[in-house]
Amino acid sequence: MGSVGAKEVPVLLSPEGLRIDGRHLEELRSIRIVAGALHGADGSAFVEWGANKVMAAVYGPREVHPRHLQQNNKAIVQCRYNMAAFSVDERKRPGLDRRSQEISKVISEAFESVIFAEEFPRTSIDIYIEVLQANAGTRCAGVVAASVALADAGIPMVDLLPAVAVGKVGGAIALDLKKEEDNYGEADLPMALVPQSGRLVLLQMEGHMTREELAKALDLGVTGCRAIYEKMKQALRDRYASGGGAA
Amino acid sequence: MAHGNRPGRPSGGRGGSPSHSARERILVLPGEELPTHGLRPGTGTYRTSGKVYASVLGFVQERPPFVQVTPLSGRYIPKPDDTIIGYVADVQGTFWLLDIGAPRWAPLHMTGTPWKIEIGETDRYLRIGDAVVVRVENLDPTGRIGVTMVGEGLGRLEGGTIVTVSPAKIPRVIGRKGSMIESITQITGARVAVGQNGRIWIDGTPEAIVQVRKALEMIEGTGHRSGLTERVQELLRSSPRAAPTEKVRLPPNPSRPSLDRADPVPGDPEETEPPADEH
Repeated sequence: MGSVGAKEVPVLLSPEGLRIDGRHLEELRSIRIVAGALHGADGSAFVEWGANKVMAAVYGPREVHPRHLQQNNKAIVQCRYNMAAFSVDERKRPGLDRRSQEISKVISEAFESVIFAEEFPRTSIDIYIEVLQANAGTRCAGVVAASVALADAGIPMVDLLPAVAVGKVGGAIALDLKKEEDNYGEADLPMALVPQSGRLVLLQMEGHMTREELAKALDLGVTGCRAIYEKMKQALRDRYASGGGAA
Repeated sequence: MAHGNRPGRPSGGRGGSPSHSARERILVLPGEELPTHGLRPGTGTYRTSGKVYASVLGFVQERPPFVQVTPLSGRYIPKPDDTIIGYVADVQGTFWLLDIGAPRWAPLHMTGTPWKIEIGETDRYLRIGDAVVVRVENLDPTGRIGVTMVGEGLGRLEGGTIVTVSPAKIPRVIGRKGSMIESITQITGARVAVGQNGRIWIDGTPEAIVQVRKALEMIEGTGHRSGLTERVQELLRSSPRAAPTEKVRLPPNPSRPSLDRADPVPGDPEETEPPADEH
């Protein structure tokens, strides 16, 4: 470390145990979820999570293009995660890069494991996640938004899919990292949970943790996911509870 | 798994025992456990380790011997004998592919039309983007949706405009025994054809079309509140053009059968049988 030109590492954890934005170690950033935020899509959602802003749209089940991707016993689940050029401080080169391809793939696979795809053979369920503003944890925000959008689109699935990242900052395990913590922290562990079964269907890690820290981080992440789960359900209830589900 | 059968067709069970579903409308989300009261998992549900969960967002309905979830959103799921409005999405040598708002396109074979067509001449009759009224004839297990254009009130749509509402709202657009659609057409003087897939064709004076659109917006937005028919009638009567416009008479067109199904035609089963449970 201490490379030439590296910026000063900010103090991520105060002596009182508070984080850079004043949160406790086990505290989430504020989350706002709006179900059905778009008109053209079959289902959609908008998520504001800390300084993240993420839009998700779901189309389908619909005809598969190109045809050869179609599977004759089930629907395919295709996800595209994309960051807007203006989503970060320094303009991001638009379009697919290796990072967004990887994230698209892991999110597709996470949703494939909860969607009852056999109900719609030879079709495609397309999920588009657009990150409008990024501040660490965008893949989790994307999973949350996409999951609410899938429910809004009436796609049958095992459960909603809450997601959160846990990390290690200043030597301590902390829930829901923000940008500085992600950049200068020691580890980042995003995960997505199926609350109904307790299974994790997305789990990645960057950085280093001991086994004990990993176990603690997983527990903390599952707790965080369950809190987010409630907010996701509330967002859908707000839209549909009146029995209307207006357009 | 319980997912094999689709919602809406509990074999012969339409309208059976509405007492269960009538008042208690419990909204459930995917993954929420359902109280089964000894019933078996039906559509919109799944079972693991002895418990039954919802798989879609919707209202719980007990319809013995099943407990099921009636979805509030989602694409149109075709049922045999539904009359629907489709757009031509692709033209092939002997058939067209129709976008009917369902998960898959529906092939309309040239033998399913009132026309005598030579192979390869399909595009002289219907082109991409044309709108047609067709009926769902058969559904095979692979998900293929067979439609026909031969029959009363079926054919190509000319003129008018098409608006889309959620397929789940169609029973309210039609109303009990067609009462809603009847009052809309009578007050506005517009000609209206309602597709079970949520597409509604409106033709008439521009004012009449605007009025029907407004009525549909009201139905889609506040259709769950009581006194809907009265509120729609009031909306239509109170709008600037209070007097009913004279009925639009389009020149007779042999290629297009009459679509005036909004007129109470005796023996027309189409709109007189809204799914009984939705009321």
